[in-house]
Amino acid sequence: MGYKILRKKELCANQYELTIHAPYITKNAQAGQFIILRVSKDGERVPLTIADYDREKGELTIVFMAVGYTTKQLATLEVGDELVDIVGPLGQPTHIEKYGTVVCLAGGYGAAPCYLIAKAFKEAGNKVYMIMGARTKDLIFWQDKMKDACTELFITTDDGSLGTKGFVTDVMEDIMNKEKVDYAIAVGPMPMMRAVAELTRGKGIKTEASMNPIMVDGTGMCGACRVTVGGEVKFACVDGPDFDAHQIDFDEVINRTKIYKDYEKKRSENCNLYKQAESLK
Amino acid sequence: MEKVDRQHPVEQDPKIRRTNFDAVENNFTDEQAALEASRCLHCKNAKCVKGCPVNIQIPEFIAAIKEGNIEKAGDIIRQTSMLPSVCGRVCPQERQCEGNCILGIKGKPVAIGALERYVGDKTNAKIGEINDCNKKVAIVGSGCAGITAAADLRKAGYDVTVFEALHELGGVLRYGIPPFRLPRTVLDREIEGLKNIGVKFEKNVIVGKSITINQLKEDGFDAIFLCSGAGLPKMMNIPGENLNGVYSANEFLTRVNLMHANEESTPTPLKVGEKVAIIGGGNVAMDAARTAVRVGYKEVYIAYRRTEAELPARLEEIRHAKEEGVIFKFLHAPSEIIGQDGYVKAMKFDLMELGEPDASGRRRPVPTGESVTIQLDAVIVALGTGPNPIIQTSAQKEGLELETNNRGYIIVNEETGETSIPGVYAGGDVAPTGESNAINAMGAGKRAAKAMDEYLKSVCQ
Repeated sequence: MGYKILRKKELCANQYELTIHAPYITKNAQAGQFIILRVSKDGERVPLTIADYDREKGELTIVFMAVGYTTKQLATLEVGDELVDIVGPLGQPTHIEKYGTVVCLAGGYGAAPCYLIAKAFKEAGNKVYMIMGARTKDLIFWQDKMKDACTELFITTDDGSLGTKGFVTDVMEDIMNKEKVDYAIAVGPMPMMRAVAELTRGKGIKTEASMNPIMVDGTGMCGACRVTVGGEVKFACVDGPDFDAHQIDFDEVINRTKIYKDYEKKRSENCNLYKQAESLK
Repeated sequence: MEKVDRQHPVEQDPKIRRTNFDAVENNFTDEQAALEASRCLHCKNAKCVKGCPVNIQIPEFIAAIKEGNIEKAGDIIRQTSMLPSVCGRVCPQERQCEGNCILGIKGKPVAIGALERYVGDKTNAKIGEINDCNKKVAIVGSGCAGITAAADLRKAGYDVTVFEALHELGGVLRYGIPPFRLPRTVLDREIEGLKNIGVKFEKNVIVGKSITINQLKEDGFDAIFLCSGAGLPKMMNIPGENLNGVYSANEFLTRVNLMHANEESTPTPLKVGEKVAIIGGGNVAMDAARTAVRVGYKEVYIAYRRTEAELPARLEEIRHAKEEGVIFKFLHAPSEIIGQDGYVKAMKFDLMELGEPDASGRRRPVPTGESVTIQLDAVIVALGTGPNPIIQTSAQKEGLELETNNRGYIIVNEETGETSIPGVYAGGDVAPTGESNAINAMGAGKRAAKAMDEYLKSVCQ
């Protein structure tokens, strides 16, 4: 049984939204969880966060950027094509409770998972600010959807082409200066999550970050995704992916994401799929 | 009569087999099998049968080989063991059937494992008539315990669905044990056999995540067998353990066996360096070491904190590893992994000596105060595994009282495999009742299948 692609949308250059028929995933999916997919036979297992789902219809939505071998391969698939494997929902759901004022910080294509997270916090009675950041305005997507999911949406771009010029942390600082923030969650590139953690640490704001280390099985049997949190080794796939951002050893986790960088570089030099995708740019 | 020596299957030359993943050992030829079978004394009170965890009628199946009736031999084995081609290859026979063979006292025991494998490969499971009943059974995990229970329950007429979390079937037989020990054609054949008798398989389904125990019941499953194994790797908790280049044996073996990361055509990455140390002395350590040799490491060490006499691996695997050039470092206990720029550079070991026996009866390693540092670029940790808590946690969340012990293993009635939840059974490494291996998991699968059959007959008229 394959997993059929029902809809496909190019959100912006190199970033796609796919809706896939995957009833076993949507049956129990919750905000903050992820899936692992394989595009084809002999393909690698790649983790992606659940961006949205429709439980009734058994439809799963993922958002990804075509950056590596598998995501580039995924981007070549069209409506009606099937993926060989999708498994999930994996990981612990984001812990939702009524904190008061919650800030969701969403960076780059990492923004997508924040949709479900913000929505869940809002439904739990929180005042939810969402700060979406990207390099430039063309990379901002899902604006209307995000607006609905939160109480107030802020947009930042590094070049100032849309919203505030600067980083998500700049807007966060403004909010923190104006009012009491009870909880923050950051989803995006590691350096961005680390910057958020540094910003909230001194203020004692409970902050979580959604870790995206290298994974293989995603079910806790290999430990490729291990992260040190508060001096203890955790497996992001089963204990996380969300962890207390003030306790994460970011140096270590960033180092561990580099293990296969050379390997992938070498591969990209010899791989037609890579070359093809590069030439599209 | 002339005395016949124990027969040995032809093995691939170690120099050649270091470079491939093909089976190390051929099967017995017909002549070898006949000669080896002729050595059996057919003891009345056969000790070998008692040494087998599922009590295969060993003298009987060997007698059938002598008669030249291989089909009969296959039928005799399959009365108790559904996976002779697997068990004949991976059982630690020296601690089980062969370890109890009376010939072993003065000479060499009968090569029961090799004979079982020979028969298993030459014959197929016979499918008797299946009388379908309208009851559904869910098996959680497609490893040895699950495959065995699925076969027995299907033969008893149940509608059997096996749920597997990974994208391929077989559990440890697929992602753990390398193909040079268990050729994938053998494993595929066993699984095809199950599909042919109507067992259904659902891959990519994690019970406890994709579907819960209560949801399985809502979907009409009348009984459930939990056999999800013990796949959670134990780490060493020493400095440097999260440096790049430190792997659990599960990760390393999964990358190679399941993902074929060693093959050029697959995108799953594998970084192969010059020198690697495997920490541990069990079969998984041997598998990881021999796999490391084959993917191209120049120097492969096995570091073990006791001596050769205490190695828990199968004797044959130890011999094979040595022949393939694996270097054993005994009385070496890991103390620290040293890194450079975030990558493994070397590893420090405390040198040990043997002291008094511990609770397991093995002499306890005691530090001598001296240490040694070995230059390395990878470390593979093979110190065993524990139970994965996904099912247990999910059961708890939905208010089911699934009893577990303090180490997280599911508690079962050892005779029946019943858990604390009616209609839910467990067995294999998730609820261990002995040494963790294929044949014990199969035994657990058989016991649970029998008990589930009785339970289903009693509760659903």
